Amino acid sequence: MFRSLLSPFRHTTGIARWLLLTGVVITAVFVICALFAPWIAPLDFNQRYVDGVKLPKQAPPSGEFWFGTNDQFYDVFSRVVWGARTALMVVGLSILFSVVIGVVLGLISGFIGGWLDRLLVFLMDTLYAFPSLLLAIVFAFLFKDLLGGSIVAVAMALTVIYIPQYFRVVRNTTVSAREATYVEAARAIGARNHTIIGRYLFGNVIQSVPVIGTLNAADAIGTLAGLGFLGLGIQPNEAAEWGYDVSRALDDMGAGIWWTAFFPGMAIVLLVAGLTLVGEGLNETVNPVLRKRRLLPVDMPAKEPSSYLAEGDAAALGAGAPDVWDREDELRPEREHRVREDESR
Amino acid sequence: MSARSGSLPRYVAQRLLLIIPTIWLIVTFVFIMLRVAPGDPVSAAVGGKLDEAALDARRAALGLDRPLIVQYFDYLGDVATFNFGQTISDNRSLISIVVDNGGATLTLTLGAFLFALLVGIPLGLLAGRYRDSAGDVGIRIFGVVTYAAPVFFIGLLMQLLVAGPLGMPTSDIASPITKFEVEPVTHILLLDAVIAGNWDAAWDVFLHHILPCITLGLLLCGVFIRLVRVNVLQTLKGDYVEAARARGIAEKHVIRRHAFRNALVPVVTVVGLMVALTLSGAVLTERTFNWPGLGTQLYNYLIARDYAAVQGLVTFFAVVVVLVSLLIDIINALIDPRVRY
Repeated sequence: MFRSLLSPFRHTTGIARWLLLTGVVITAVFVICALFAPWIAPLDFNQRYVDGVKLPKQAPPSGEFWFGTNDQFYDVFSRVVWGARTALMVVGLSILFSVVIGVVLGLISGFIGGWLDRLLVFLMDTLYAFPSLLLAIVFAFLFKDLLGGSIVAVAMALTVIYIPQYFRVVRNTTVSAREATYVEAARAIGARNHTIIGRYLFGNVIQSVPVIGTLNAADAIGTLAGLGFLGLGIQPNEAAEWGYDVSRALDDMGAGIWWTAFFPGMAIVLLVAGLTLVGEGLNETVNPVLRKRRLLPVDMPAKEPSSYLAEGDAAALGAGAPDVWDREDELRPEREHRVREDESR
Repeated sequence: MSARSGSLPRYVAQRLLLIIPTIWLIVTFVFIMLRVAPGDPVSAAVGGKLDEAALDARRAALGLDRPLIVQYFDYLGDVATFNFGQTISDNRSLISIVVDNGGATLTLTLGAFLFALLVGIPLGLLAGRYRDSAGDVGIRIFGVVTYAAPVFFIGLLMQLLVAGPLGMPTSDIASPITKFEVEPVTHILLLDAVIAGNWDAAWDVFLHHILPCITLGLLLCGVFIRLVRVNVLQTLKGDYVEAARARGIAEKHVIRRHAFRNALVPVVTVVGLMVALTLSGAVLTERTFNWPGLGTQLYNYLIARDYAAVQGLVTFFAVVVVLVSLLIDIINALIDPRVRY
């Protein structure tokens, strides 16, 4: 487990590694801010009074208020820190929802096929072509009336945007995996549909999800900020949100008050850039399509099939396969077939 | 695949037929989301201001007292004739909103695309040509940061850092005097000023375009940088590049004629895919620069809780995306015969 987490670092070199590392560090800083917001932020996100004394209005950054205060008498630094918690909660929830819905729909659609598959593909393609912010606006607008501007409501509005991406990837992988010999073999030994989907297909189609998830998280932070900027985000009294803070600061700029917009804005830029770097770094190492290209220049002088795989690699392949292959003797040839297939790629 | 099935007219006909169900789905989807789910749009928009009898009269006037299914088919018929309905809060037809404000959004997005292409493509070519050099890293980081930065934040920084010192306009599409002078003919202000021969007005409108177009263009150019860079890396590895080198063609010609030119073909496709992103960005840019386009209208109607207006505008945006994508696909098929098969 730990090894597989570190593999993106081991496989990259030079600049790619530095970019990935930068992304991880930036993201980690925001995650720490989100987790420990009550201890890092000096004040609450909607706290106007300290010891009964009201904070100054639009005070410039100083030793007391690191990022200054805004037009609502709030401490900007505290709101930026609390905003990290809001952003990661909303994005985490929305990615979780969309992965679950997208993966399940994709598996079902790809496995069952027929008119259901065609209908879902058409539906998802249309959703995907929709401008994402507009889609989020429609749902945020709707949920705001139905559920109020809570964190869950906004997360649900963002969920809709990202479902089609998971659906697409999982569905296409499922369609190609459905005809694979190991699925046929599973069917031959009498496995039911839900067993085939759950134990055979799921493990094979799930691999590209983390990369899409990271890149979507970056996009979702931007969309959340966009919704907040348009006043369709989270209710201001529920949580601190960067996009909303920037929109409140729109009029400050003319008066030379830059800190109320600059710090929350920079927080968005940094977190989105950090997540994008992580996502792209993961993509270059985890994505088999790109990884294959990396491996192609490696010369393969081996004449005997047995020497193709070093011991460690063979173990790694075995570990990645569903454990049923280790238990069922009938399926042994299947596993070897899979190894050969991987070599030929 | 036979030659006939790969013919251009047949491809265009196929694509045209396919967009009908797509548009139908969009219209239905937005109708269900905004008309069926929330209940009564009239009281949402003007409730509290009018008494119950007046609200009923408004509902009857808008046909909202009829069964939903009747309203739905009615609306489908309207959309088929390019009539996207009427707003509830101020009784304007969506068509007139699109005509009055569409021009501003059109010039904003076209200008942004122009900027993104002029900046993004050369940077992408350079980054790909000199892979892993300091310039490449710098350009890639520039691409990631401009894509990561929300447009409204870039817009604010522009207003603060660029507009202030240079004295550039940061709000609206033109000065009030220009708007007063120029007679609306096409409703595209820049074009109207040129038609009127009023060059001062045209210059004024142009100046107002600079910052918003750069702001939106920066968002788009990150995508071009990444795409062109990767394409150059791929074409440089291509057999034909190697073959050109083997024939003794000078390296700079190999790069320019063989690698760069082929790296630019996919840009056309990506322009089609980016229309949706551009419109999303335009909504935020317009709000930042107080731009009198469709995005600002959408924002105002969102604030007014005018479901019918939001429904009409969102449907219009989505239909525009579908139609422009279709257009780009056809252009692509004209350029690249492989697409047709």
